[in-house]
Amino acid sequence: LWAAEAVAPDAVNFTDAGGIAESLSGTPGDVENGAALMNKGAGNCIACHQVTALNDLPFHGEVGPSLDGVGERWDEAQIRGIVADAKKTFPGTIMPSFYKTGPYERPGDGYTGKAAQGELDPLLTAQDVEDVVAFLMTLDTYPE
Amino acid sequence: APAIVTAQDDAADRELVINGEIEIVTEADAPAHLENMSTIRSGWTFRSPETQTMQMDDFDNPGTLGVEAAREAFSADLGNGESCAGCHESPEELAGVRAVYPKWDADAGAVQTIEMQINECITERAGAEAWGYDSGEMIDMSALMSFVSRGEAVNVAIDGPAAETWEKGKEIYYTRYGQLELSCANCHEDNYDNMIRADHLSQGQINGFPTYRLKNAKLNSVQGRFKGCVRDTRAETFSPGSPEFVALELYVASRGNGLSVEGPAVRN
Ligand code: HEC
Ligand code: HEC
Ligand code: HEC
Repeated sequence: LWAAEAVAPDAVNFTDAGGIAESLSGTPGDVENGAALMNKGAGNCIACHQVTALNDLPFHGEVGPSLDGVGERWDEAQIRGIVADAKKTFPGTIMPSFYKTGPYERPGDGYTGKAAQGELDPLLTAQDVEDVVAFLMTLDTYPE
Repeated sequence: APAIVTAQDDAADRELVINGEIEIVTEADAPAHLENMSTIRSGWTFRSPETQTMQMDDFDNPGTLGVEAAREAFSADLGNGESCAGCHESPEELAGVRAVYPKWDADAGAVQTIEMQINECITERAGAEAWGYDSGEMIDMSALMSFVSRGEAVNVAIDGPAAETWEKGKEIYYTRYGQLELSCANCHEDNYDNMIRADHLSQGQINGFPTYRLKNAKLNSVQGRFKGCVRDTRAETFSPGSPEFVALELYVASRGNGLSVEGPAVRN
């Protein structure tokens, strides 16, 4: 699942503030793939967040804050920590933990409603997290 | 888009009167046991004006077909010569019943949903074969039971012998299930009126059930809806008819005490 040099979900070092200083994959993030993950699949961030740079996509949610300007509000380490496990930065937040494998209450097998088979993969891979972080770092302005 | 927001604001201000005569309470003070909300609102108030309008006249409400099917089933042979009508003169005789379900049943020694009550009649009273808990015929009959109670205030009992089940349901409501770690409350208490992707989140009230959903073009049961919502958290769901969902149904119903029964409602 993750390349040999990737940090495993249960081995991630969070700072006291909930950030992650080091890259999880060791490979620089891909902004374009990060943008794609914001829209669909296991990321689906815009289900909850509005992002002006992704305005070509319909239906941005309102459950979380707009991500416009996040790259200016937070440094890269903190954004990596929020994407990997936002509960370390915002205790009790509704935002799912994307680089975590449990423990969960009644974990399912994806969206089938059936019980999970064996160990779960994190929602995003180490490289996916890096790609999303790279995309978020480009959101450093506050569009009108 | 601002235009949609305006339409929804208008939608929330509309009043629901069915067939020009049945007045439905779609907004009320929250019952005393609800700690985190002051006003309760029917799912109807969150829908688009077009969807709302479909529920204002039984000729426009596709759920009426299920009600009519159940009316026929009411006087039909249950398989051994008995029928609902043999014991209950008409569906109207059961008016008001829906509003207090789920409720404690002393003989069964358990809280029962209306589906369980119907199956108790079918099996224990009529001696016939049980209907599937979430089968089409059961959902239709449940819709008929709602239909004859429309306008009655939801008033399920949460104290006395029902208290234990109610507490269990409440615990389930606030448990964060699945890999997305989301509870019912995360979406329907903390975020109602917000958009989650293309969906305008309601309070997840069940006074409108069974609901005719435009999305799957059929009547949907309460617990079928619960199952879908739990599945969407990437969790292993509970099954319709399970003790967990019965407890959850009692608890969620009690969150709507004071709204009117309005099923079969129309939802998207
Ligand atoms: C189910 C809702 C939900 C989903 C899905 C979600 N988030 Fe969040 N997110 C939130 C909420 C709510 C907050 C606000 C934190 C808090 O106080 O609870 C937040 C906060 C954030 C923040 C900090 C924002 C700021 O301006 O301070 C970032 C960055 C972020 N999310 C990124 C993401 C990314 C990237 C994804 C997808 C990979 C994602 N979120 C998916 C709900 C969500
Ligand atoms: C052989 C007799 C018999 C048959 C057949 C029968 N019932 Fe009943 N039903 C009863 C009795 C007796 C009660 C309990 C009366 C009471 O609680 O007031 C009852 C109670 C109910 C209640 C709950 C009333 C309340 O106040 O809580 C519902 C709803 C109901 N029946 C629906 C049905 C439906 C629908 C059918 C057919 C699918 C049906 N019954 C068939 C005898 C029958
Ligand atoms: C990830 C978000 C989410 C979670 C968690 C969630 N739901 Fe929902 N639920 C929705 C959405 C979206 C809808 C459709 C729009 C609406 O009616 O709110 C919905 C609809 C409903 C409805 C239909 C309301 C109506 O008037 O038709 C009920 C009832 C409901 N949910 C109950 C629950 C219960 C009980 C739980 C917990 C077991 C739960 N939901 C968990 C998102 C969620």
